[in-house]
Amino acid sequence: MNIDSIQNGYVIDHISAGRGMRLYELLGLDSADCSVAIIKNVTSRKLGKKDIIKIDADIPLNLEIIGYVDPGITVNIIKDGKLIEKRGIEMPETLTNVIKCKNPRCITTTEQEIKHIFKLTDREKRVYRCIYCETKASR
Amino acid sequence: MRSLIDILDFSVEEIHALINTACDIIDNPKKYSEKCRGKKLATLFFEPSTRTRLSFESAMYELGGNVIGFSEANSSSAAKGESVSDTAKTISCYADIIAMRHPKEGAPLVAAKAASIPVINAGDGGHNHPTQTLADLLTIHREKGRFNNLTIGLCGDLKFGRTVHSLINALSRYKGIKFVLISPDELKLPSYVKHDVLDKNGIEYCENPSLEDAIGDLDILYMTRVQRERFFNEEDYLRLKDSYILEPSKLKNAKGDLSIMHPLPRVNEISVAIDDDPRACYFKQVLNGKYIRMALILKLLEEAEK
Repeated sequence: MNIDSIQNGYVIDHISAGRGMRLYELLGLDSADCSVAIIKNVTSRKLGKKDIIKIDADIPLNLEIIGYVDPGITVNIIKDGKLIEKRGIEMPETLTNVIKCKNPRCITTTEQEIKHIFKLTDREKRVYRCIYCETKASR
Repeated sequence: MRSLIDILDFSVEEIHALINTACDIIDNPKKYSEKCRGKKLATLFFEPSTRTRLSFESAMYELGGNVIGFSEANSSSAAKGESVSDTAKTISCYADIIAMRHPKEGAPLVAAKAASIPVINAGDGGHNHPTQTLADLLTIHREKGRFNNLTIGLCGDLKFGRTVHSLINALSRYKGIKFVLISPDELKLPSYVKHDVLDKNGIEYCENPSLEDAIGDLDILYMTRVQRERFFNEEDYLRLKDSYILEPSKLKNAKGDLSIMHPLPRVNEISVAIDDDPRACYFKQVLNGKYIRMALILKLLEEAEK
């Protein structure tokens, strides 16, 4: 399989195997008009298997979303064909309009204008809860 | 702008200060009778309530203030499709403080984010009911004189019972607290409350003993109603509604200084024969609810003026 190297853009590496597609959707890459490659189940010394996403454009990336999907991810920033920065990702304290609350009793289900905000309540177990009804975000 | 949405919005010290103010109001009501002269409380009740709404209204009247508002969603602009945020912004132009009850969880928080005046959560679906918890804490203070070293039995609907969740949150900040959780399997305390509150704070608890077996150990028995409005399915409600009924015979082994509490309204979970037992505290809770709401209104209006 041949995937060209990137000139200007990102290599999102060390994605836990199986989470690449979810990250692709949450980052809105389905609507990006640049070249994007998702590589699944790549052999990895660190993880056994991993997914990788390559984006061949310097588009804005929401690091909150990346930290939420998998805080072990590394974002490699490429400029003029060279790696200029390797960025480790932290779990964000809050997530705004990234995921939606699924509790039918939550106010966010009836009032469309409200921002869906989740707060990190358990870093160890990576639990996020809706700030309105405290329902746990399902992954 | 300071609001009260969740009981944990207030520190232990702030709650103790509120309790002290409430006790002072009980002892010296005249001192407080003009404190809110010229102020308006808006009671925005999108869901029916007798106790809480009238408690807020009488609290404001006893402070010398006035009350505006509505008691059901149909008589408000919500029926026309107005958002909670817009209602809160509008009411901010008319009143000095809001007490809001809403069937949707989190609605008072949405209101507090939009309003320019303090918002008090007067119950949001099955989620939180912090002023009931303040009433419960004032009752415990007056009946027991302490918040430490208490064994508290929570009985009935521990799944949807918002008063139970808020009370657990509030009491888990004290030492020597033990909870005895008595409920049918379908209405057990949610695991996130057990994990995030009880386990995290190292609070001792045991689950699902029979009421008769547990009662001898209890300092407080907190009964709750199985709430019809929290069920999507009438069949489940009918099957579970009579799970635990407190009758005089069940108090045989109870301590002489047990305090029997209930956030009310009750249906049949406490026999009326218990009302005359000196250990019954649920109507005192109602009265305490008015005094603690007076203290709360005073605190939030004072902070808003700063």
